Amino acid sequence: MEADPHRFTLDGRELTARPGQSVGAAMAAAGIPSWRTTRKDGRPRGLFCGIGVCYDCLVTVDGAANQRACLVPAADGMALTTEPPALGTPALGAPALGATPPGPPAAAPADEPFDVAVVGAGPAGLAAAVAAAESGARVVVVDAGARVGGQYWRHPAGSTAQQDAKRFDELRRRFSTGRITHLPSTQVWFVEPPARTARDDRGPATLHLVPTTACAPEIVTAPAVVTARRLVLCPGGYDRQLPIPGWDLPGVMAAGGVQALLKGHRSLAGRRTVVAGTGPFLLSVATQLADAGAEVLAVCEANGLSGWARQFGAAARVPGKIVEGVGYAAAALRHRIPYRTRTAVTRIDPDASGARAGRVWLRRIDGDGRLSEKMLPPLDVDLVALGWGFTPSMELISAVEAQTRVDVDESLVAVVDASQRSTVPGVFVAGEATGVGGALLAVAEGELAGIAAAGAEERLAGRVRRLRARIARLRGFAAAMHATHPVPQRWPDWLTPATVVCRCEEVSSDAVRAACDELGAGDVRTVKLMARPGMGWCQGHVCGFATAKLAAAATGRPLTVDDLRPLAKQSLCAPVTLAGLADTL
Amino acid sequence: MSSGDLPATVDVVVIGAGAVGAACAYFLARDGFSVHVVERGQIASGTSGACEGNVLVSDKEAGPELDLALYSLGVWNGELAEFGELWEFEPKGGFVAAATPAGAAALRDLGVRQRAAGVEAVDVAAADVHTYEPCITDGLTAAAYYPQDAQVQPMLLTAHLLRLARGHGAGVSTGVTATGLSVDPRSGTGERRVTVVRTSRGTISCDQVVNATGTWAGELAAMAGVEVPVLPRRGFVLVTEPLPRTIHHKVYAAEYVASTQSSDGALQTSTVIEGTRAGTILIGSSRERVGFDRTVSLPAMREIAGKALALFPALARTRILRCYHGFRPYCPDHLPVIGHDARAPGLWHAGGHEGAGIGLSVGTAKLLAQSMAGLRTDLDLTPFAPARFSEVAVDAC
Repeated sequence: MEADPHRFTLDGRELTARPGQSVGAAMAAAGIPSWRTTRKDGRPRGLFCGIGVCYDCLVTVDGAANQRACLVPAADGMALTTEPPALGTPALGAPALGATPPGPPAAAPADEPFDVAVVGAGPAGLAAAVAAAESGARVVVVDAGARVGGQYWRHPAGSTAQQDAKRFDELRRRFSTGRITHLPSTQVWFVEPPARTARDDRGPATLHLVPTTACAPEIVTAPAVVTARRLVLCPGGYDRQLPIPGWDLPGVMAAGGVQALLKGHRSLAGRRTVVAGTGPFLLSVATQLADAGAEVLAVCEANGLSGWARQFGAAARVPGKIVEGVGYAAAALRHRIPYRTRTAVTRIDPDASGARAGRVWLRRIDGDGRLSEKMLPPLDVDLVALGWGFTPSMELISAVEAQTRVDVDESLVAVVDASQRSTVPGVFVAGEATGVGGALLAVAEGELAGIAAAGAEERLAGRVRRLRARIARLRGFAAAMHATHPVPQRWPDWLTPATVVCRCEEVSSDAVRAACDELGAGDVRTVKLMARPGMGWCQGHVCGFATAKLAAAATGRPLTVDDLRPLAKQSLCAPVTLAGLADTL
Repeated sequence: MSSGDLPATVDVVVIGAGAVGAACAYFLARDGFSVHVVERGQIASGTSGACEGNVLVSDKEAGPELDLALYSLGVWNGELAEFGELWEFEPKGGFVAAATPAGAAALRDLGVRQRAAGVEAVDVAAADVHTYEPCITDGLTAAAYYPQDAQVQPMLLTAHLLRLARGHGAGVSTGVTATGLSVDPRSGTGERRVTVVRTSRGTISCDQVVNATGTWAGELAAMAGVEVPVLPRRGFVLVTEPLPRTIHHKVYAAEYVASTQSSDGALQTSTVIEGTRAGTILIGSSRERVGFDRTVSLPAMREIAGKALALFPALARTRILRCYHGFRPYCPDHLPVIGHDARAPGLWHAGGHEGAGIGLSVGTAKLLAQSMAGLRTDLDLTPFAPARFSEVAVDAC
C-alpha cells in the first residue's frame, strides 16, 4: 500500500516524491538531470555520488543554499531553487540561510561518558555496536544515515529484496533491543581522541556532532557532543573514480550512486545505460538496473577475468562469495547484458542539448590500460555508471592521527592489529577503512572490534578466535579480488588537457600537469595548494585518488602514503556552520 | 626540479623556497648573480603555503615596517605589475572596523599618523559603513578604508617568482636540506667568511648565502655560529563554503593592529575576514606561542568564529569547510631581519616578517639585492640589521 506522494517544487515546477525519497532521487526519476551550474565554467551538475560525498547535487531548499539534494528527504510544500542563486539575491542574508535551522541540541543523554561510541551504522558499525552492547557496554552509535544499514543495506524498512536480508534483519533486531543510543542523520565534524590525563589514565574521547542535513529538523535529535571511553570508527567507503573526458556531465553517476537510488529510493535515473569500470560490483549494479527496467547496453570491465582462475584458491575458501558472483552472472545472462572485458569507457559526449550525457565511446585496452587503435562503435545512452573499486572514508582516522598504509588496491587504510585496534590507544577501526573487502568482512571486523572495545576479548576467546579466522579468509578473498581488478596504470593516457579532474574546483588535468611541470610542485600537497584539486566542497573525496596518482606519476614515483594522506586528511571532518563552530547555537 | 645535480659553485645560495626566498632568487638572478635555491621541503611548504597572502599597509604603525611596506607596494605596483595576474594580485582594499568609542578614536589617530607616513587612509563614518560592506554589523562606531591594501595567492606567487628566477638562470632544488655552513679564512685577506653550504645531496661553494628559512631562521643562523631570535607564532584560518562575492575588502577589527604588535604568548584572536577569488571566505586570526604544535585547536577556532560572527552576523549559517594553520616567524621587536650579518661575513638574512612576509617579500628582496651588489639601498636597512640582537659573534662550527 503506497502512501500519498509528497509534492514539492523546483523553480516553481511541481514534482512529486514517494515518502522517504530524497528530492535528488525524485528529480532524477522525473528526468531532470541537473539543477546547478558551476561557479567557474557554468557547467550543469546533478546527482553524481548519490550518497552525500561529492556535493555535486547542491540545491537551495526553502531558502537554505547549498543543500545536498541526495540527502534531503522530500516533504510536502518544499520549495527548491536551482543554483547558483541569481545575482543580487542576498547570498547569505541571515533569513536566507537560516530559514530552517536545526533544532536546539537536545540535552546530552547522560553526563557519564559512554563506554563505546561507534561511528557509522553500516555492516561494520552495526555489528560493532551489537557486539559491544551484548558484551555489557553502554553504546552510542552516530550515523550520517537516517536509518541503519549504511550504503550496503539500504532498502526501506519492510522490503524483502535485501542482500543478505536475514543477516541484516538479525543485526537490526539485536541493535534495537540492545539498549543502544542511536543518533541518526548526524555527522561528526570534529573528534578529540581519548586524552591522556594527569594520572596517565585516558580520559574519554569527544565527538562533536552536526546534523547531516539542515532540511529535516524533525529528525535531528542528537546532542552537540558525545563522549566515550572507546571509539570504534566504521566510516565505510564510496566509489573510487577515475576522471575521463565528459565524466562531469549530468547523467554520469558513480555506480554506487545508481545503486543507492535504486535500493534506497526506488528511483531509476535513466533508461539506456552503460556500466563501466572494474570489479564484480559492476555486474551487481547492472543486474539491479535491468531488474528495475533499464536497458543495460554494456558492462565494460577494464580487466580480463583470467585473473580469477589464478586466484581460485582464495575464492574457493569463501564459497558464499562464489555463489554471490554466480548469481550476478546468471542474472546478467538472463537479462542478456553484454559483458565486455578489457574494455573501458574512455570518453562521454553530451547529447544534443549539451546538458547531459548522450553518447559513450568504448575502447579495448590492454592489461596496463593502453588504448587499442581501433574505436568500438559508440553507444547512445542517458545514464552512465562508473566505478573503479572503493575508497574508504579516512577523515576520522586521519583526524585522530592513526597510522595509515597503502593497501593492495592502492587505497589509504588504517593500520590495525589483530583486535582492530588502531595505533591510537582507545580507537578501533573496522570495515572498509582497514582495507576494502565488502560487507561480510566488515561485519566480522565490526563484531571483533565491538568485543575488543567492550573489553570482552578474554571472556569470548573462542568467538574471537573464530572471527579472526573468518577475517583472514575474507581478507584473502579481497586480496584476490583486488589483484584481478586493479586500476589500469595507464588511465592518464585517456585524459585530454581539458578533462576535469577535480569536479568541485573545476581543475583540469592540464592544470595539475602544469603545477608539476611548470610550477615545480613535487608532491600532492603542493599540487593541491597551487592548482586547487581537492580544495572544494568534497575536500578531495572524489578526486583525491586520481590527483595523488597524477602527482606521483609526474614525479616518477609509485603511490605512497604521503601521496594519499594529504587529500584524505581534513581539518574538519564535516562542514559546520560558523554559529555551530562558535558554539552559539 | 626536485633532485638534479647541485651546482659546484654559484655566487649566491638561497636557503628556503618560500615567498621571501623566491623573491630573493628572482631579484638576485635578475641583477646578474648566479643563484641556486635549496629547499628541504617543497615550494612554499612552510609559512608561505599556510597564510592569507596579505599585502597590507593598513595594519602597520608609522615606522620602519610601514616604510618597508610602502616600498614593497611600489615594487608590486611597479616593476612586478606585469606579472600580477600570475599570482592573482588583487588590490581589494582594506576596511578596518571599530566597535567602541575608544576604538574609533584610536583608529582616527592611527589614520593621522599613517597619512603622515604616506598611506592613503580614508575615514569612514559609522553611518556609511554599509556602502563599503553591505553585510557588516550595524554596531560599529567608525571605520577606515585603505585603498592600497591588496592580496596575492602566495603559492602561485612563490612558484612564479621561482619560475621567473629560473628564466634568469637560477636553479632550484627541492627536497634538499642544508645541513651546515662552512666558515673559513679567506686566502689573501684571512677574513673568515661563509664559503660552502653543505646539504643532504652534497656541497655548494659560494660567495654569499641568503637565510630565507622563515620560522626556522634561527636554526640556520646557528650553523654559522650567530643568533637570530626568530620564533614561531601559530595562527589558524577558517575557510568557508564558496559563495558569491559577499565580503568586498579585507575587513578586520581595529584591535588587530594592536594584536600584531603584542608579544603575549597566550591565545589571542582578532577578526580578519576576506573573500577570495575561489569564492571562499577566509576568517582569521589567532596568535599563540606554542612552538611548532600542529594540533588543531578547537578553542582557537571557536574564538575566531565567535568574533567573526560579531562583525558579520549574517555569516551565522555559512558553513566552514576546513581550517589551516601556519607559523608566523616573529622577532621580539616585531621587525624583520634583513641584510648582511656582519657577525658572519657572507651570510645574509631575509626573514622574521611575522604575518607580513608575503607583502614585504618583494621589497625585502629588492633591497637585499641592491645591498649585495654594493649599491646604496633605496631604503635604509639599519632598523632591520641582523646584528641588532647581539654584537658578539660566536665562533663557528
